[in-house]
Amino acid sequence: MFRLQEVKYKDILYIKNLFIPKGKITAIVGESGSGKTTLLRLLNKLISPTCGKIFYNGKPLDEINSIELRRSVVMLPQTPPIFAGTVRDNLLIGLKFSEKPIVGDNKLLETLNMVHLNKPLTEDAEKLSGGEKQRLALGRIILMDPEVFLLDEPSSALDEDTEKAVMENLVRYTKAKDKTLIMVTHSTKVSEVFSDIIIEIKKGTVAG
Amino acid sequence: MKDVIELQIWQIAAAYIFVVILLAIVRIKGIPREKEIIISTVRMTLQLILTGYVLVYIFDNSHPLYTIIITGIMEVFAINNICKRTKTKLAPKVKRIIAFSMICGTLSSLMYFILVVVNLSPWYEPRYFIPIAGMIIGNSMTGISLGVTKLVDGMTAQKNLIESALMLGATPKMAAKQVVDSAFDSAILPTINSMVGMGIVFLPGMMTGQILSGTSPVTAIEYQIAIMLGILGSVTLTVILFLHLGYKAFFNKEHQLEI
Ligand SMILES: Nc1ncnc2c1ncn2[C@@H]1O[C@H](COP(=O)(O)OP(=O)(O)OP(=O)(O)O)[C@@H](O)[C@H]1O
Ligand SMILES: [Mg+2]
Repeated sequence: MFRLQEVKYKDILYIKNLFIPKGKITAIVGESGSGKTTLLRLLNKLISPTCGKIFYNGKPLDEINSIELRRSVVMLPQTPPIFAGTVRDNLLIGLKFSEKPIVGDNKLLETLNMVHLNKPLTEDAEKLSGGEKQRLALGRIILMDPEVFLLDEPSSALDEDTEKAVMENLVRYTKAKDKTLIMVTHSTKVSEVFSDIIIEIKKGTVAG
Repeated sequence: MKDVIELQIWQIAAAYIFVVILLAIVRIKGIPREKEIIISTVRMTLQLILTGYVLVYIFDNSHPLYTIIITGIMEVFAINNICKRTKTKLAPKVKRIIAFSMICGTLSSLMYFILVVVNLSPWYEPRYFIPIAGMIIGNSMTGISLGVTKLVDGMTAQKNLIESALMLGATPKMAAKQVVDSAFDSAILPTINSMVGMGIVFLPGMMTGQILSGTSPVTAIEYQIAIMLGILGSVTLTVILFLHLGYKAFFNKEHQLEI
């Protein structure tokens, strides 16, 4: 799915060779400041490598329109923002940004259920707790139904039980729909239990 | 015109004595602003005397070239002022967009006003053209300055939000919409506010000047209404032009945010 060749980003990241397969769950781990977020941003084409090449489905990223790429390779940032408005507005905004058809409330409730967020659609999103906001942002992305999920510490603000429940749902969903999931995580439990492949980033390079 | 009181030299001198009294008060109170007051008084005096002589000469020898040169000087001064007034350093690209929006926005409003509304002939008649150009350019300058500041600050402050929208596949236009809209609001708010208070809270400068120099208040008001609409139009146009082009300067051709 993704192939990186001699990719360098400023003095922050250098990856000689890396392959991330389709349909698998890949966990990216490594200490704080090692360059995990930078890697995800490169894959989402929010930044471009200083040199080297990244391929998506065999095609170099610089030949793919950034906006189209981001609509099928969606990224959840480390501290996802909440947009002004209700829970419903926040779920739908991903569809609006990516110009996908709007869905009905049933589908929205189903998504909230998947991320274990038991809140009415009309609730002011600003009033949610940190962990609830994180799940809302995750729900927003699931609703967009992208080919690839790039998740930057999607469960960092969740307690162990909620984390486990949400991750189980997410994994079941991506497996059933043959999606690719690439996530940064600090939790050894999440990486060991839920991922097929673990990539460790150490001081800006792939370790091992 | 009847009974216009021409100010005598001693009357103007009396006005300066006013400043001397002010200086005395400032000194007694120990406010360290004497230098600024003296400098600004001297500067204003010299600038106005100089402008007065230039205007007298141009009014007596009206020629399209003079009108164009004066308008050009005003534009350059205004654009320079906008770039200087914003605290953050502006990229050359943004400065070019400011210049372009100012020139296109103010000139088209000005031409519409001169040719259609006032129906001035000859079009370059400096007695009308220059004060009207001054008001349109000056007010647009204030509007666009606010727009620039708000846009630059907003894009920096909302960096996270804008990038998150991009991550979800938003176009730069969608991602920057909120910042652009609020920059537009704050840029035209002063103009709107001054319209709302006009005639009640304060008498606008141009009208005051006309009335003082003997024009009937009704004529002065007619001009004031027309010029206010012209200013509103010009401010709106320049700000829209600037914002429409300006937000794009923050994104590169890969639709990445560059701050
Ligand atoms: N735009 C930037 N300009 C300069 N340096 C940057 C930029 N973005 C990140 N960095 C630096 O690059 C390094 C890697 O940052 P990155 O965010 O990728 O780390 P991370 O592995 O995600 O860390 P964490 O686990 O704390 O989120 C850090 O030292 C950071 O300071
Ligand atoms: Mg990070």
